[in-house]
Amino acid sequence: MISFENVAYNYGGGELLSEMSLRLAPGSFHFLTGPSGAGKSTFLKLCYAELLPTAGHVTLFDREVRSLGRDEVALMRQRIGVVHQDCRFLDHLPLAANVTLPLTVSNREVSGQDLGDLLAWVGLRHLADALPPSLSGGERQRAALARAVIVDPEVILADEPTGNLDWEMSLRLLQLLVELNRMGKTIVVATHDLNLIRQAKSHVAARVLRIRNRRIQLAGADL
Amino acid sequence: MTNPLTLFLRGDRQADRVVPPSGHTAWLTSFTAGAMTFLAVFALALALASGRMADRWSDALARTATVRISAPPDQIEMQTRVVLDVLATTPGVESAKALSDEEQRKLLEPWFGPDLPVEALPIPRLIELTETAQGYDAEGLRQRLAAEAPGAVLDDHTRWRRPLATAAGRLRVLGYLSILLIGGTMAGMITLAANAALAANSQVIEVLRLVGAQDAYIARAFVRRFTLRAFTGALAGALLGMAGIALLPSADAAGGFLTGLGFSGAGWFLPLALPLIAAIVAFAATRRAALMKLRGLM
Repeated sequence: MISFENVAYNYGGGELLSEMSLRLAPGSFHFLTGPSGAGKSTFLKLCYAELLPTAGHVTLFDREVRSLGRDEVALMRQRIGVVHQDCRFLDHLPLAANVTLPLTVSNREVSGQDLGDLLAWVGLRHLADALPPSLSGGERQRAALARAVIVDPEVILADEPTGNLDWEMSLRLLQLLVELNRMGKTIVVATHDLNLIRQAKSHVAARVLRIRNRRIQLAGADL
Repeated sequence: MTNPLTLFLRGDRQADRVVPPSGHTAWLTSFTAGAMTFLAVFALALALASGRMADRWSDALARTATVRISAPPDQIEMQTRVVLDVLATTPGVESAKALSDEEQRKLLEPWFGPDLPVEALPIPRLIELTETAQGYDAEGLRQRLAAEAPGAVLDDHTRWRRPLATAAGRLRVLGYLSILLIGGTMAGMITLAANAALAANSQVIEVLRLVGAQDAYIARAFVRRFTLRAFTGALAGALLGMAGIALLPSADAAGGFLTGLGFSGAGWFLPLALPLIAAIVAFAATRRAALMKLRGLM
């Protein structure tokens, strides 16, 4: 589904990631952890082709990312839902329009019933007409998750989704991600919150990857 | 039909909403298009009027010539008859006619006023000739006149017709060049406005790319908006310009070049093409700016 083969990424000021090889199997659940600045966000950006590797090969759905044209990258992103830490909404559009944006840009529509069900699933049905700046951090994260899943993607990438949330809200978001994984979605969550990871492992068979010294490794029992 | 042109013309309400209203760039685009089109209408009128003038001068003068007879009063009638005889037998001369005192008085009236005693002044007799399409041998005619009527001088108008026609022709070129410059300036201004709008909406564009929007979709949202603004602004400018032209004094009222600065007949439809051209210019300029901006993003 997504595979890295000896991938390196260089920001220009030295190598941030190097010799990174892994394969994300369909339906798997991965946590990605590591200290701030270790390259977790960069790893995720490589996963949805916002960045291209400076060495090695990233393959998305059996296509090497460098071989993809710009329109192909756009189509590929409709198979990958992304939840950013800062959510990145269009502040002039109401929540419902932001959630349906991935469908809007591909000239697809969603029924009012389905949209209502999705918003209800993330607990935001009553805020469908609210503008993003009026939402709390937890509401924004859940809205971002709703936007990520509305195109029924095969992979969901979440970058520090609980970074600005309290523990209760973090657990609620985690529960939504676990439910998506049970529906067969491949999930990758970048987080430095080890408590969240420990909590999740009691609900889902998650693998924990750690970025250390520019390389990725499977985390052990030291978590 | 879902080709790009159809999508563009039909519009997409959802896509139009995706890009937020862009305040001053919208006003700037409409104003620029309107002002430039207003100027273009006058440049077009100037070009057309110059063209008509050049054609008129060329046509009116190219096939006419004047024989001027300066002779003592007792010989002038005789030389006039001789010249008319010569002209009647000259191949290429269609007709020749001596101007009467009254006609000569009318010719001189703009300079000397009415009631000029032409008969009391040593004014040369004028004979107006019209040539056939094949034309006549001017040099041969001069030699015959010199031999048979020594006071007769052939003026084929070339000396003053050529610079006038050349000037009018150049004025016409300048008019069209002005339209090109106005179009280029408009393209530049709209590109600047589009770039400002794209820069102000860079976050919107990034979000759209991240959720899977293709370049054509994003570009279309901006291009359609700027094209429509340019078209409406240019339409207003064209209508105002046409009203301005229509309000100029008519040629009959005072005469002269400026009063001929206008459109005639179907020519009034020509300024209406300017908004379409403005829309095409805006379309090309905005599309280029949008695609260049998008290429900077993954």
